[in-house]
Amino acid sequence: MSNTKEIRRREPLTDTQLLMTITICIFAVMYALAMILLGGGFLRAQQVFDLLNDNAALIIVACGLTVVMIGGGIDISVGGVTSLVVMSCVLYLNGGGNIPMALLLALGIGLAFGLVHGLLVSYLEIQPFIVTLAGMFFARGMTTILSVNPQKLAHEGMNAIRGIKIEIPWLGYVAKNGNLIPGRIELGVAVALLCVAAVWALLRFARMGRNFYALGGNQQSALMLGINVKRTRFVTYLISGLLSGIAGFVFMMHTGAGNATNAAGAEMNAIASSIIGGTLLTGGVGSVIGTLFGTLTLTTIKKIVVTSGLKEPWWQSITTGLMLFFFIVLQSVVLSNRGKRKAAVKG
Amino acid sequence: MSTGATTRKQRGGLGQLLIPLIAIGLLVVFNLIRDPGFFSVETKLNNNGSTVLSGNLISIINGASELAILAMGMTLVTAACGGQDISVGAAAAIAGSVFVKIIRGASPVTGGTVVLAFLACCAVAVIFDAFNGTLVSVFRIQPMIATLILYTCGRSIAYWINGGATPTIDSAITGAIGSFIPGIPVPTPVLIVALMALLFSLVFRFTTLGLYTQAVGINQSAARLMGINTTFIKLLSFMVLGVCVSVAGTIGVCRLQLINHETLLIDIEMDTILAVAIGGNSLGGGKFKISGSILGAYVIQMLTITLYAMKVSSTDVKAYKAIVIILLVVIGSPVVKRWFAGMMARRLAGRRPAAAGKEAQVP
Repeated sequence: MSNTKEIRRREPLTDTQLLMTITICIFAVMYALAMILLGGGFLRAQQVFDLLNDNAALIIVACGLTVVMIGGGIDISVGGVTSLVVMSCVLYLNGGGNIPMALLLALGIGLAFGLVHGLLVSYLEIQPFIVTLAGMFFARGMTTILSVNPQKLAHEGMNAIRGIKIEIPWLGYVAKNGNLIPGRIELGVAVALLCVAAVWALLRFARMGRNFYALGGNQQSALMLGINVKRTRFVTYLISGLLSGIAGFVFMMHTGAGNATNAAGAEMNAIASSIIGGTLLTGGVGSVIGTLFGTLTLTTIKKIVVTSGLKEPWWQSITTGLMLFFFIVLQSVVLSNRGKRKAAVKG
Repeated sequence: MSTGATTRKQRGGLGQLLIPLIAIGLLVVFNLIRDPGFFSVETKLNNNGSTVLSGNLISIINGASELAILAMGMTLVTAACGGQDISVGAAAAIAGSVFVKIIRGASPVTGGTVVLAFLACCAVAVIFDAFNGTLVSVFRIQPMIATLILYTCGRSIAYWINGGATPTIDSAITGAIGSFIPGIPVPTPVLIVALMALLFSLVFRFTTLGLYTQAVGINQSAARLMGINTTFIKLLSFMVLGVCVSVAGTIGVCRLQLINHETLLIDIEMDTILAVAIGGNSLGGGKFKISGSILGAYVIQMLTITLYAMKVSSTDVKAYKAIVIILLVVIGSPVVKRWFAGMMARRLAGRRPAAAGKEAQVP
């Protein structure tokens, strides 16, 4: 026991840990700079809560995508599935459905997409990009077939649940009229953080989770180690589908309306979050904690751009693009330097 | 022995085109059953008073032009880098904006202005794609991630070039590029596709670009050890895609006679990658066939026009398209192919046991 501990202590940071640490540091520095330079809203804890409230669904979706990317695949259907789940849940609830069944519906749709993607990718060996692209087309198309017009949620019970907010008085702030406004967190954020914790535990402690890394790192080696490669890959898509379903439900709790353009571009935002969080598209490297901070970094950038008075719509995407550029090049440089040093030590 | 090898090679070449050809065949049969007159081509007079061809077949071939041109470049990038450029739509919007800006800057629009505008937008597109290419080849970043940057901000840059408006251009020459040249009954974009295809086939016939690209895609280290400059080949593939992007962007702008940075060639990156995949090219790089990708582009457009003809609304088309795509890729999937080949072999062995036995002895 003591022997293994000693070995672990001498081990340098893995790529996953290094990239995650970089992301967290950059997020901290960026947020601190925003606090000093912009002040105002950034000094309140509510700013962080708002970031979480607005992006709970994105965090969940990005978690699922991270799992798939660690396994060496890609799932670009996540945004479409989320949108389809929102629309069907809203229509079901407005049609007189009850909440537990709506939740089951959301999970069912997500799982069904994950199941089909997993089967096609791992057992029929079709390229994941094409399969999940078709999945995205199907989900987006089905959403508009269900309803082209925006649908407002009119289910009383659900609207009551939507209204529930976790209040934290000591993280509140005093408004201009002297009232104390407590920090408010939506239920969706709790769900999102639970999802992050669950996926983190799965990746860290469960055998299945370790298999994902092995599969993404090197498929041949994974096969020779006796891992059931096909089933492992299948499970990654299943998890991603399930999390998309949950994300859809959370999205509905946040917006309270179904719309054909719901979660538009969520797949690319989720991919960007995972990348900023240190997940490599080649597989085998990544962590959900990194992804969580990746999402926060991405959304904080957008918030900073808006707060600093650059109201024109193009600034947001241009700064996001520049930020992505910075992170991507940084990762590439860091990893290639590590590769060189390792090679030098070995040589 | 050698004849056996060549037949296998030919079969392999045709096998790649099998899926798009089957898809086109199925769509043709389906449409002919549904409406025998679906593919009838007629001539009619257009606004300029010249006779032009019209009909569903023409609109399929014409409508797929941008997709086909982008698919050609994408095939090369896919083959060399083992990944795809997802920024082609955004880059085309930038190229189109530059084109419109220069056309609008000149008061009498002459042929020279149009050529100049095209060259400028071509240069801009090549520069942007060279940026992508540098990230991929020098910094060794996955193509999809490297191009995510331009995908995110490309349309905003296009917006910024023309100051946020959706300016129109009004010129007979650009109109002719987008629709018909007076006196020629075939739509101009179709002629441009033919020209591009000819250019590509000439380049592959007389240079080693195709061979080198395949070598880099199949095994980069081996290619480098054989003396191929892998960085340059990857960069070059992106720059070729840049040229394709500028041509597609110009056609797109000329068709509508205006630039709308938000909607110009929207979502075309996904269709382009799909065209490459339906054409039987591996998205993991290596061997490629440009003709397959072009066929793939026509399959996608034929499918879209068929669905429109069946009165499916433009927003719902995606769902039906997805089902057909899944069917196609399932038929073309390695597992199904292996199963099918196994079944064929078993049937042949059952029918001609002597021949099968002889074949088994040869290796």
